[in-house]
Amino acid sequence: MPRTTSHPVTRRALVGLAGAATAGLLLAGCSSPGGSGGAPSGDYTAAPKDLKASITYALWDQTQVKAIQANLAGFKKEYPNISVNVDVTPYDTYFTKLQTEASSNTMPDLFWLNGPNFQLYADNGKVEPITGEIKAGAIDPKNYPSALVDLYTANGVHYGVPKDFDTIGLWYNKALFAKAGVAVPTSDWTWDDLTTAATTISSKLKGQGIYGVAAGMDGQTTYYDTIFQAGGNVISADGKKSEYASDATKKGIVFWRDLIASKGSPSVKQLTDTPADQWFVSGKAAMLIGGDWGRSEIAAAPIAKDVQVAPLPKGEQKATVIHGVSNVVAAGSRNKQAAQALQVYLASKAAQQQQGDMGAVIPAFNGTQDSFAKSMPGVDLQVFLDELAYAKPLPVSKNTAAWNALEAKYLPGVFAGTSPVDSTLEQLQTEMTAALAKG
Amino acid sequence: MSGFQRAVPRAAGRPATRRGGSGVHTDGWWPVLFVAPLLIGVAAFYLWPIVQTFWFSFTTFGVFGGQTFSGVANYVALVQDPEFYTSLGNTLIYTAIVLLGVPLAVWLAALLNTPGLRFASFYRVLFFLPYIAMPTAVALVWRLIFNGDYGVLNWFLSLVGLPGPYWVSTPGFAILAVSIVGLWSSLGFSMIVLAAGLKAIPPELYEAAELDGASPARRFRSVTVPLLTPTIFFVTVVTVISSFQLFDLLYAIMGPRNPAMPSSMSLVFYFFQAGFVDNQQGFAAAIAMAIFALIGLVTLVQFRLQRRWVADV
Repeated sequence: MPRTTSHPVTRRALVGLAGAATAGLLLAGCSSPGGSGGAPSGDYTAAPKDLKASITYALWDQTQVKAIQANLAGFKKEYPNISVNVDVTPYDTYFTKLQTEASSNTMPDLFWLNGPNFQLYADNGKVEPITGEIKAGAIDPKNYPSALVDLYTANGVHYGVPKDFDTIGLWYNKALFAKAGVAVPTSDWTWDDLTTAATTISSKLKGQGIYGVAAGMDGQTTYYDTIFQAGGNVISADGKKSEYASDATKKGIVFWRDLIASKGSPSVKQLTDTPADQWFVSGKAAMLIGGDWGRSEIAAAPIAKDVQVAPLPKGEQKATVIHGVSNVVAAGSRNKQAAQALQVYLASKAAQQQQGDMGAVIPAFNGTQDSFAKSMPGVDLQVFLDELAYAKPLPVSKNTAAWNALEAKYLPGVFAGTSPVDSTLEQLQTEMTAALAKG
Repeated sequence: MSGFQRAVPRAAGRPATRRGGSGVHTDGWWPVLFVAPLLIGVAAFYLWPIVQTFWFSFTTFGVFGGQTFSGVANYVALVQDPEFYTSLGNTLIYTAIVLLGVPLAVWLAALLNTPGLRFASFYRVLFFLPYIAMPTAVALVWRLIFNGDYGVLNWFLSLVGLPGPYWVSTPGFAILAVSIVGLWSSLGFSMIVLAAGLKAIPPELYEAAELDGASPARRFRSVTVPLLTPTIFFVTVVTVISSFQLFDLLYAIMGPRNPAMPSSMSLVFYFFQAGFVDNQQGFAAAIAMAIFALIGLVTLVQFRLQRRWVADV
């Protein structure tokens, strides 16, 4: 085609093309969920050893995959013809994905469920009860901490048993304490001891950009703990009202505001740019208030040789949040028998012992925890187990996500010192109580 | 690359040269049959979901499906929600900044089109790379660059004595940071399309202009830009539409639990939040319809305005 006689790009052509592109791009990304789940029955018959099936096991923690693969190798010996596909989705998108899958009835056969989401899935018939397994004696709820068994029970029906449990502790870096000339934390520490040590370290090591303490600024690892330590509550005992504006709860919130204002902790912005665990493992924070699940990451960091752990400091009382994940079977699973076989196997003492031996988590099966405590030589991981004595369950409801979003909306401003304490907490309490009523 | 460049004008050239329909014998059902595979796909995966979304926007949705009709309640709630206006404002800011990339792309594409330029393909690949890179991967790298304490950007700023902000966690700066990445990553696509447009400008015009003594700057202004306006228009429309759909970059650079997110979110993030976090799919469907209408409106305005500046080549 000779260029001189024909101009292939005409105005009308391109305008037309732009129109077509408009239609195409405009329409993209608008889809919707639909469909309904299968009915949960709670039936269970032990799978035959030669059962042939392929199932998916969904979870969110990459650091546990190694120990889970070890579990699955043991499972393979019992059921050689069941193949298990482990599907890891990061926590931030895990429940978005799960909800979409639940709406279209394409859920993974076996999957991790946590306390905040349990009631939502159980009440909507998305997970299979374990009543059959309990009747057959394959799972015995008495073998696990009762606070966590209750977390996965709705209207008297058991849906799962915990695979592990988490408590929160005070990780610290001995080398940084020595450098700043501050005495290391003890089990008798109070809030004041923590604040004083943190501000001293921050000011002494300011030149190197090192802070005293860092925390995730979320409920479980940060403010729920201090709320309980101050003697407050997040939700009233009857589950109907928020207690954010109560005096004790307020104290647990203001603790963090003061700590950040005193420069003992990085600011909310700094903790958003660089998460708390990274401050700690890179040697830029002397203390980390975090869960036992940080063990894998901390043990692999260059600072591992200087790490030690202490119980959370005391406010009005000692307290920590306890939570544990459960393996549950999808009500709509097409391979229910195989999924239940794996659920039973993972709840067994042998499998949980192996999880603890590999230091992946604190296993929930009573009497298997000691191996976790010894999984990091020289570090007193027993602290996380001893905290069971005064542990409080993670606050949840049927619509946990709705008021978690309210916390995320109002609290960062309070911590940062940019929102007034009293009126903001009043507002949060009002809106959260309204959300609980809708649940 | 040349295949792509020619495909644009040719495929689109058809309607312009189409003959009038009267008296022409048709080919029966054959054309329909050939188009059917594509048409069925579009109908099933684009058109039907839109119809459904439109219906859902008038319903209240169960968390896992199942809906009840609730009239215009979702739309009433939408126009009363301050977050809708915040996210609309942020989307407009983002779109405006990313659009600044269009003139930049025209200039860069013209430079790359310089006859006899060495390593031209290499440069083209270099500029196009950000467009084909995964947004999440791109976002992770930029997140590090923007880091307030340890980021490269603030280190450079400190060299010239400027205190850098916490880019991704300060309201106001966060949407700016995301826009910069958006501009950077859309540049490649715009340039490739514009390069195709440049190839279609007859070299004789440049020769004639040069004989008449026009300077390179003058040739750019009086030959390149006017003849390129249809392509510029196409690029502008596509850029606006994709900017209105900002989500993945924002989500990955800032993170969903960023305290600055409520003041920095885009329309699509607002939609995502309503549908997948707050479990209000009916309300989310109303937001989706609002985004749909807004993009349609903005594009319509652009088509109206193009008569004033797009050359009829």
